Amino acid sequence: MAVDTHARQIAGLDALELAGDQRAGIASRVWARVWPMLTAIALVLVAWQLVVLSGRWPEYVFAGPITTFQDLGHRLGDPEFYQAVATTMRRAVTGFALAVLVGLVVGAAVSRVKVLRAAFGALITGLQTMPSIAWFPFAILLFGLTESAITFVVILGAAPSIANGLITGVDYTPPLLLRAGHVLGFRRLQLYRHVILPASLPSFLAGLKQGWAFAWRSLMAGELLVIIAYQSSLGEQLAISRELSDSPGLIGTMIVILVIGIVIDMLFEAADSALRRRWGLNPV
Amino acid sequence: MTTQLVDRTTAVRLEAVSKVYGHGGNGLLALDKVSLSVRPGEFVCLLGASGCGKSTLLSLVAGLDKPTQGEISTVGRQVAMMFQEPALFPWLTVSANVEMAFRAEGLSKQDRRTRAAEFLDLVHLGGFGKKRPHELSGGMRQRVALARALAQSSSSSASSAEEGAVLLMDEPFGALDAMTRDLLHDELERIWRERGLSVLFVTHNVREAVRLGDKVVLLSSRPGSVVEEFPIELARPRRTDSAEVAELAAKITDRLKEEVMRHGH
Repeated sequence: MAVDTHARQIAGLDALELAGDQRAGIASRVWARVWPMLTAIALVLVAWQLVVLSGRWPEYVFAGPITTFQDLGHRLGDPEFYQAVATTMRRAVTGFALAVLVGLVVGAAVSRVKVLRAAFGALITGLQTMPSIAWFPFAILLFGLTESAITFVVILGAAPSIANGLITGVDYTPPLLLRAGHVLGFRRLQLYRHVILPASLPSFLAGLKQGWAFAWRSLMAGELLVIIAYQSSLGEQLAISRELSDSPGLIGTMIVILVIGIVIDMLFEAADSALRRRWGLNPV
Repeated sequence: MTTQLVDRTTAVRLEAVSKVYGHGGNGLLALDKVSLSVRPGEFVCLLGASGCGKSTLLSLVAGLDKPTQGEISTVGRQVAMMFQEPALFPWLTVSANVEMAFRAEGLSKQDRRTRAAEFLDLVHLGGFGKKRPHELSGGMRQRVALARALAQSSSSSASSAEEGAVLLMDEPFGALDAMTRDLLHDELERIWRERGLSVLFVTHNVREAVRLGDKVVLLSSRPGSVVEEFPIELARPRRTDSAEVAELAAKITDRLKEEVMRHGH
C-alpha cells in the first residue's frame, strides 16, 4: 500500500514536470524559413537589373538577369551541362571523402598523442589559413595538368579544418562525462570510442562543414587553372565563357556554383540541427 | 593504492589517507590522514562544510584520482558512483545510458537491453527508455543516473551479489527541489535495503545525512580530517521533517559550526 502510494506520487511529479512538446506544423516551418530567402533573392535580382540599367557596362559585358536566366534555361536542356556538373561533383565528392579520411586519421592521432600535438598542432592551424590556390603551382609541378593535382589541393584545403574540428571536440569533451565513463569502467580506447568520440561530434560536424567550404573553393580554383582536354567541368566552362566573352554563360555558371554551394551547406545545416535537437542543445 | 578487499567485514576501508595537490612547500593538503570504513550493507554519510575535501575523498575511492599517502580498499574491482549532475550521455537514449553499465563486460545487446529495463523499472522510469535525457526533468535524470549506477554495481565485473555492491554518491540530490528530494530519499532507502548496498554518501545537508545514514562522519575543513562519527539509531523509515531527525541534526550542526569557527578570526 505504502509502496503503491509512493510510486504514484513519483509518477504524478514526473507528469507535472514534463512539459508538452509543442512544434509548429511542417508547412508553416518551411514557409517561415523560405520567405526571407525569397525576399533576399528578389532584392538581389532587382539590384542586379538596376546596375545593368545604369549603363556602366555594355550589355554584352555584363548581362542582365533576364538574358542570363534565358541562357541558363537553354543550357539546362543540354546534356553537356550535366556532364560538366557531374565531373565537378565527382571531383568534389572524391576529394572531400579523401580529405575526411585524412582529417580523421590526423585529428585522432594528434588529439591522442601529446608529442604529435606539440609537433603538428600549430602546423595544422597554419595550413588551415593558407590559401589553397597557393598550392597549385606546386601541385602542377608534381602531378602535371591532371585530376590528381586538383584532388591533391582539395585534400590539402579541406583536411586541416576537419582535423581541427575533431581535435577541438576531443579537447572540449566535458570532464564530467569523462569521469562518468571512467567510473563505468572504460579505459583508453574504450573511453575514446564510447565517450570522447561521440562527445566531439558537434565540433567534428562544424569542422566537416568548414572543410567542405574549403574543398569547394579549392576545386573551383583548380578547375580554372588545371583544364583537362575533353573533360568539361564547371570551372572549365567559366574559363571558356570568359575567353568567348559570353557574359550570360559566365554569370549563369557562377549562379550554378553558388546554388550547389548553398544546397550542400543546407544539408550540413540540417544535420547539425538534427543533432542539436537530439541532444537538447537548443530546442528548436 | 586502491586494492581489492578480500575479507567480508568491510565494503570500503580508508587507512590514514592523505591527499596533497601540487608539489613541495606550496602543495595544498586536501585530506589529512582520513580513516574510515563502511560495513557491507551500511549507509554512511560524509558531512562537512565546503573545502573539507569530501568530493576529493569520493574521487579517490572511485579510483578517479590517487591518494598521496595511505591505503584505500574496496570490495570488487570497480565501484559505482553518482555525481551531483546526472552525467548522462546526451547522444544516447535513457535506456542506452543505463546499458553503458554493461558495456565493459561485453554482454549481448539483447541482454543489455533487458537488464537496463529492469533497472529503469526499479526507479519507476519503465516507460521512458526511448526518451533522450534532455526530455526528462532534473529529478528523473538523476533517477536514470541512479539506475545506471545500480546496474553497474550489479554487474558481475563489479562484485557478486552476496558481497553487496558499493555505491558512492557525491551530493546526488543537491540540485533538486525539496519535494523531489524527499521522494528520492525514500526511493534510495528502499533500493538500498532491497539490494543490500553499501553506500558512501557525501552531502553538506545535515538533515539529509541524518535522514539517510546509519552513521554520519563529520569532516573538518582545510585540510579534511575526521572530527567525529555519529551513529544514527533512529528507526526507519525516517522523515526529514520529523522532530527526532531535527533534534539530532541540530546537535551535529552545532558541532559543525564549532569546526567552521576555528577558521574565522
